[in-house]
Amino acid sequence: MDSDLSPQDKKDLDKFIKFFALKTVQVIVQARLGEKICTRSSSSPTGSDWFNLAIKDIPEVTHEAKKALAGQLPGIGRSMCVEISLKTSELANVCVCLSCRCDKDIKVSYTVYNRLSLLLKSLLAITRVTPAYKLSRKQGHDYVILYRFVVLGFQTVRVGVVGTPVGTVTLSCAYRTNLAFMSNRQFERTAPIMGIIVDHFLDAPYGSQPPANMGQPCNYRPPGEEDGGAFPGVEDSQEVCTTSFSTSPLLSGDDEGLSHSGEGRSDGRRDEGEEEFGAFVNKPSTQITTASLDLPFAAFAPRGLDLEDKDPMVQPPDSPPCPSPLQASLHSQGSEESGQQDDFVMVDFRPAFSKDDLLPMDLGTFYREFQNPPQLASLSLHISSQSMADDLDSLPEKLAVYEKNIDEFDAFVDMLQ
Amino acid sequence: MNCRSEVLELTVEARQVDEAMLALLHTILLHRSTGKFHYKKEGTYSIGTVGTQDIDCDFIDFTFVRVSSDELDRVIRKAVSEFKDALNNSGSDGMGQISLEFYQKKKSRWPFSDECIPWEVWSIKVNVVNLANEQERQICREKVGEKLGEKVINVVEVINRHEYLPKMPTQSEVDNVFDTSLKDVQPYLYKITYQITDSLGTSVSTTMRRLIKDTLAL
Repeated sequence: MDSDLSPQDKKDLDKFIKFFALKTVQVIVQARLGEKICTRSSSSPTGSDWFNLAIKDIPEVTHEAKKALAGQLPGIGRSMCVEISLKTSELANVCVCLSCRCDKDIKVSYTVYNRLSLLLKSLLAITRVTPAYKLSRKQGHDYVILYRFVVLGFQTVRVGVVGTPVGTVTLSCAYRTNLAFMSNRQFERTAPIMGIIVDHFLDAPYGSQPPANMGQPCNYRPPGEEDGGAFPGVEDSQEVCTTSFSTSPLLSGDDEGLSHSGEGRSDGRRDEGEEEFGAFVNKPSTQITTASLDLPFAAFAPRGLDLEDKDPMVQPPDSPPCPSPLQASLHSQGSEESGQQDDFVMVDFRPAFSKDDLLPMDLGTFYREFQNPPQLASLSLHISSQSMADDLDSLPEKLAVYEKNIDEFDAFVDMLQ
Repeated sequence: MNCRSEVLELTVEARQVDEAMLALLHTILLHRSTGKFHYKKEGTYSIGTVGTQDIDCDFIDFTFVRVSSDELDRVIRKAVSEFKDALNNSGSDGMGQISLEFYQKKKSRWPFSDECIPWEVWSIKVNVVNLANEQERQICREKVGEKLGEKVINVVEVINRHEYLPKMPTQSEVDNVFDTSLKDVQPYLYKITYQITDSLGTSVSTTMRRLIKDTLAL
């Protein structure tokens, strides 16, 4: 597919896609900040307004998006997804993805750029229409809206279309291209394609602390904000966008208005934050229980260690500072990982006393669901010892109060008799 | 070239007419406006930046995005206000249609006048209802908000089919494709017309044309 593109076109297209992805995430997050957005039109191009649209850049959002992309672009089979959530449930997901359909006749620098601009305008309109927008406008004391970027590996295939007198039946399939271990809980949630993005907000007993990868709050408040000039400039230097165009589609790209101001690509170094992980990728050292083997895609095995070694989604270079909620749900002893498991053997799981050969799954499902229950908060050594110590400390005070009110208690007992 | 025609239908309360029309017209114009062109040497031009603005409706649970151009907003508000007045004064059952037509000008030789060739027409059919109490108004406020959302999605879907758009013009031809009268943005040439439907369902004589560019003959 790329072979028909000239090097300049390929370079332009990569740049357009990169900045399109970055601008898209800005539009979505800014639409969930809870405030009205206002940017000014300018008759003179500045070179920093990509797609001829005034979309300001929140540095934190750009930083998170670049971290999630990790130096790569959204591409075929690799989608960048923006998750907007309300702490306990997902409100929306918007994915930037590239499908396999190619339009070879299209001119990169002209038509693609203008159409991407149109798409961004549509995104601006659509983000105000979804119910999440109203919620985000009311956020504040009671709740906040969170955002997170994840990069997914999935492709969609349109299987077929059948017209009927009353409508059209369309069948499409979305499938993951990067199979990784998933916990039992993920299959409890039956959701549409976006449900393949695992629900990260598990009921893990973290006490008052939310899981580390819950997302960033959509309540960015830059210092000295004023109406119309909402956000400060971008921290990093930005590549200047194309500002000159040719009126003749046959002329080659004009570089007059184009210059680079020194922003290099990411050097591939990854941060230690949670966002570098794919949505449902776990570290390969996690135990794989036999309970998961009957489930779709559960027959995961490290097919080619080479592939996994190189795949940053499966083999992240650094271990995260906090355990992911996914890991916590798998181990009843807490988040400690217990050993590596390089290979496993497919075992036909037949629960004991299961008499019905046709439906062994019922008992089997029960077994699987309850094999790895979450850790109870009260049983956690750290938390329970802390609460016991608190109780002991407060005991003398409580006794003093009760002695003081002893007459009331006696009266109450008399009343009962 | 066939003109692309899209129809959007809406039922609103009288006080919601302005905002509903503004929401849809501005949404369409957001997609059909570019930054100002600045032509350099022959064959190249640069494009200015389009800013956007969130507008909250007072009588509808809805927020829409418009281009940050007070001039353009004034023009659209004037047209919508005239449409609303015509609706109120017609004595009809409150049915009417406002159309936003994008066109190109084709120069003709003397003695013929320039030809206006429409390439996209958006027609918004409005049905105005009267509500009896506040509770009904509150429900209407929410429902119309949802309906407007659906219409915005319809608009977006149509526009992103990437069907016919006029070619980017040379400097000498730019006024045949774009409205260059505004100082901050540059929409495609457009005109807004409206028709009021009487109780029999037939269109009546009150059709008013507002031309953006001077296309008077000879």
